[in-house]
Amino acid sequence: MSRVGRWVTEHAVMAVAMLVLVYMFLPIFYVVLMSFNDQGRLAYEFQGFTLANWEDPCGPSGMCGAVVKSLQIGFLATLGATLLGTLVAFALVRHRFRGRAATSLLIFLPMATPEVVMGSSLLALFTSVGLSGSLGFWSILVAHIMFCLSFVVVTVKARLAGLDSAMEQAAMDLYANEWQTFWRITFPLVFPGIMAAALLSFSLSFDDFIVTNFNHGNTVTFPMYVWGAAQRGIPPQVNVVGTVMFILALALVLGGSLLQRRRPA
Amino acid sequence: MPDLDRDPVPGHAGADLTLTSVTKRFGSFTAVDDLDLVVEQGRFFALLGPSGCGKTTTLRMVAGLEEPTRGTITIAGKDISRLKPYKRPVNTVFQSYALFPHLDIFENVAFGLRRRGVKDVAGQVGRMLELVELGGFGKRRPGQLSGGQQQRVALARALINRPQVLLLDEPLGALDLKLRRQMQIELKRIQTEVGITFVHVTHDQEEAMTMADTIAVMNHGVIEQLGSPGELYDSPATTFVSNFLGQSNLVKAEVVGRDAQDVLVDAHGSRLAAPAVRARRTSGTVWAGVRPEKVHLTGGAGGDGSAPGPGANHLTGGTVSDVSFIGVSTQYLVRMPWGQELTVFEQNSGARDSFRVGDRVDLRWTSEHTFLLDADQDAHAGDESYAALTEGAAT
Amino acid sequence: MSAADTGRRTSRTGYLLLLPGLLWLVVFFLVPTIQLAATSLYDPSGSLDSGYAMTWSFSNYWDALSTFRAPFLRSLLYAAVATVLALVLAYPLAYAIAFKAGRWKNLMLVLVIAPFFTSFLVRTLAWKSILSDNGFVATTLQVLHILGPGGRLLATSVAVVTGLTYNFLPFMVLPLYASLEKIDLRLIEASSDLYADALTSFRKVTLPLSMPGLVAGTLLTFIPAAGDYINAELLGTPRQYMIGNVIDNLFLVQLDYPAAAACSVVLMAAIVVMVLVYVRRAGTEELV
Repeated sequence: MSRVGRWVTEHAVMAVAMLVLVYMFLPIFYVVLMSFNDQGRLAYEFQGFTLANWEDPCGPSGMCGAVVKSLQIGFLATLGATLLGTLVAFALVRHRFRGRAATSLLIFLPMATPEVVMGSSLLALFTSVGLSGSLGFWSILVAHIMFCLSFVVVTVKARLAGLDSAMEQAAMDLYANEWQTFWRITFPLVFPGIMAAALLSFSLSFDDFIVTNFNHGNTVTFPMYVWGAAQRGIPPQVNVVGTVMFILALALVLGGSLLQRRRPA
Repeated sequence: MPDLDRDPVPGHAGADLTLTSVTKRFGSFTAVDDLDLVVEQGRFFALLGPSGCGKTTTLRMVAGLEEPTRGTITIAGKDISRLKPYKRPVNTVFQSYALFPHLDIFENVAFGLRRRGVKDVAGQVGRMLELVELGGFGKRRPGQLSGGQQQRVALARALINRPQVLLLDEPLGALDLKLRRQMQIELKRIQTEVGITFVHVTHDQEEAMTMADTIAVMNHGVIEQLGSPGELYDSPATTFVSNFLGQSNLVKAEVVGRDAQDVLVDAHGSRLAAPAVRARRTSGTVWAGVRPEKVHLTGGAGGDGSAPGPGANHLTGGTVSDVSFIGVSTQYLVRMPWGQELTVFEQNSGARDSFRVGDRVDLRWTSEHTFLLDADQDAHAGDESYAALTEGAAT
Repeated sequence: MSAADTGRRTSRTGYLLLLPGLLWLVVFFLVPTIQLAATSLYDPSGSLDSGYAMTWSFSNYWDALSTFRAPFLRSLLYAAVATVLALVLAYPLAYAIAFKAGRWKNLMLVLVIAPFFTSFLVRTLAWKSILSDNGFVATTLQVLHILGPGGRLLATSVAVVTGLTYNFLPFMVLPLYASLEKIDLRLIEASSDLYADALTSFRKVTLPLSMPGLVAGTLLTFIPAAGDYINAELLGTPRQYMIGNVIDNLFLVQLDYPAAAACSVVLMAAIVVMVLVYVRRAGTEELV
């Protein structure tokens, strides 16, 4: 019995895990496959192989513009959320203040709120102050910073809490003033956490549909474009973008972890 | 045993570290209570005590990592009590070493020099790494070094700044026993070589006695006793010191008189003598103390004609209740007629057969090894194995 | 005294650091959420143009619940099933990464996240292809007679739950992995020494120790799944619509703000209650 049990945990668990990974990659396989689809009228089935989609990625009107819009918003939202969230994380870990419990709750709540509630309530706010007519780039940005912020706080806070305060004390002991201690010791040691938070923010922002859908005005991000196209039948170039995103992100993460292996943090 | 009267490093006389009525409170808890202390220039000074006794807080106040609630700290007459850590001529070897993981060994050691804008960083770092026998390790990262090597880097990183005082916070605590012994000798060598004042915080009495030439024993935020290891061991001032530094037998006794050099006491019917200089109390009830290895056992049952001569103390009527063979010595527990168990260490010199459980024995020792302590003090203060036992029983 | 001085100084810096981030959350999250709660009590006969009057119309809730009872229950049911499925899939994967992967651990972690670098919508549309009537999954199931001839996967509850399970799987895997990884392997060895049976030592040691991750993962999966409407929209039909579809429609198409707000508040309340009950039952107060 115990030998059987051991064999099962040795091999079966890994086998199941592999199957789950296959399940996770199944749609990716389809995205890559469909990016080469010689698409006729039926948008969701593979008709035949072609490179045409890759040769003309910006073919469908408005798609590449939407991608650029998403990149811009993603970049700015990442910048804003990472900056604000990092400051909050530092305050939470390193400083004493009143209302800590309320602050923690306020940071936790957006992560526990369904996006449809967040998006709709924000729209209601903008409407009630008479801004519903001018929604667009700025309102999407405001919303994205809002929902990315909590994730940044949690990520950076975890890294910061794991940082031994003796490091900073040692730096001060070795003639580094507060400013030098922060930039030479604290910041470099927390940086991987900030980087991770930034990557997370970017992917959350770039990929967001629900909140954006409520607050986008006439601005079309990539998910908005896909949503609109899905009603009519999506152009295969959408899958080209999906494939490129996948490859870029994978390269970034693998590259990052290789870099980290060379310089253990 | 280090020579206590050796001169401090010439030319630096007066660069002492002085703490005057230093108090540190955390809320209602007083970690350090009105502490006065002078550490002479060039000393290897140990602050010894159990965890929570205030020794680390004292160290951190000297380093500038805590601000005293009250009192002043001076080095060479200059008040540093309120200075930022980076403005003090003091460096610290941290307990966990606190090496910067994102910098290599060279940059770790060079850190202090670079902050102060010192020239010839490379040369100095190279020489310092040689001193701690880590030449050629400069390009490695802290994570790639063993515990002992990291410890040396931490030491080099602090020493390279030539501080007036080097603080060591349990620097050997994370090392295994063998490495710890090696590093004790190493630290002592380096201190002698550089001549800088070392203030070393530890809870390990053996470590303190091996390395330091002056020890301050701390308990509950105050210094119980300060002196050379020999003084503390042979003439403890309190039951705490007598138990925390080595082991002691403490027998309740009444002072009955004194002669030229000795105080005479009566312990459960036996007359004992103790040198007056080792008597912390000269009237009323006292603890008469003696170290286990100072005591000799003789076959008991009412004496055998070897009556105690002058200058010898004698307790009769014991029964061996436990024998542990340690190798170099044998450790006996002897139950006395009044119920107390006393500890005796006998060298295994081979001169005599050892006793067995149940044997009747008498205890004798030279009276100059006797010390008298205030009987108001807890006989088990500072006895960690006893504390562990009672704590275990309580929970 | 000086100690109190430094305390005040640090806390002033603390407030300065907190201020911008918290202000952002207050203005763009807390205020709208409170306003949403207020909106849910407005006079339903008002309109966006004429404005709404605050009439404390608690009947909005009754109306919302009675009109949209089906999508409500469907949301909770779909989310619950998807969460359980995600747990069943994620646990072996997280376990394998934590204990069996050896030097491939990091690679496997990357592989877990990697599929989610592509757009949520693009992935969900890929499921539309996978589950399509002539796709290999439907065909295989028909051959095996699990699915009747002419039976569909797309536009059914199965498709919606599959999509939900898939899309929120990493939120289950990662917290599970994090808490499994912290378990000291010696504990498991000690227990197999004491219990001998692998299954028992899993039940008595590994599972309880992974509880914090399990709770976190379940919540992180359930909450977004319950509020999602993309999967129902793209993989289902109006018969599979969830409460998210209803809120979206009320807000953006029918412009019936009070009803939409009432639905949102009910969804929030249902989630909060379930989370609290669940956290208490699971015996952990650790939310994040």
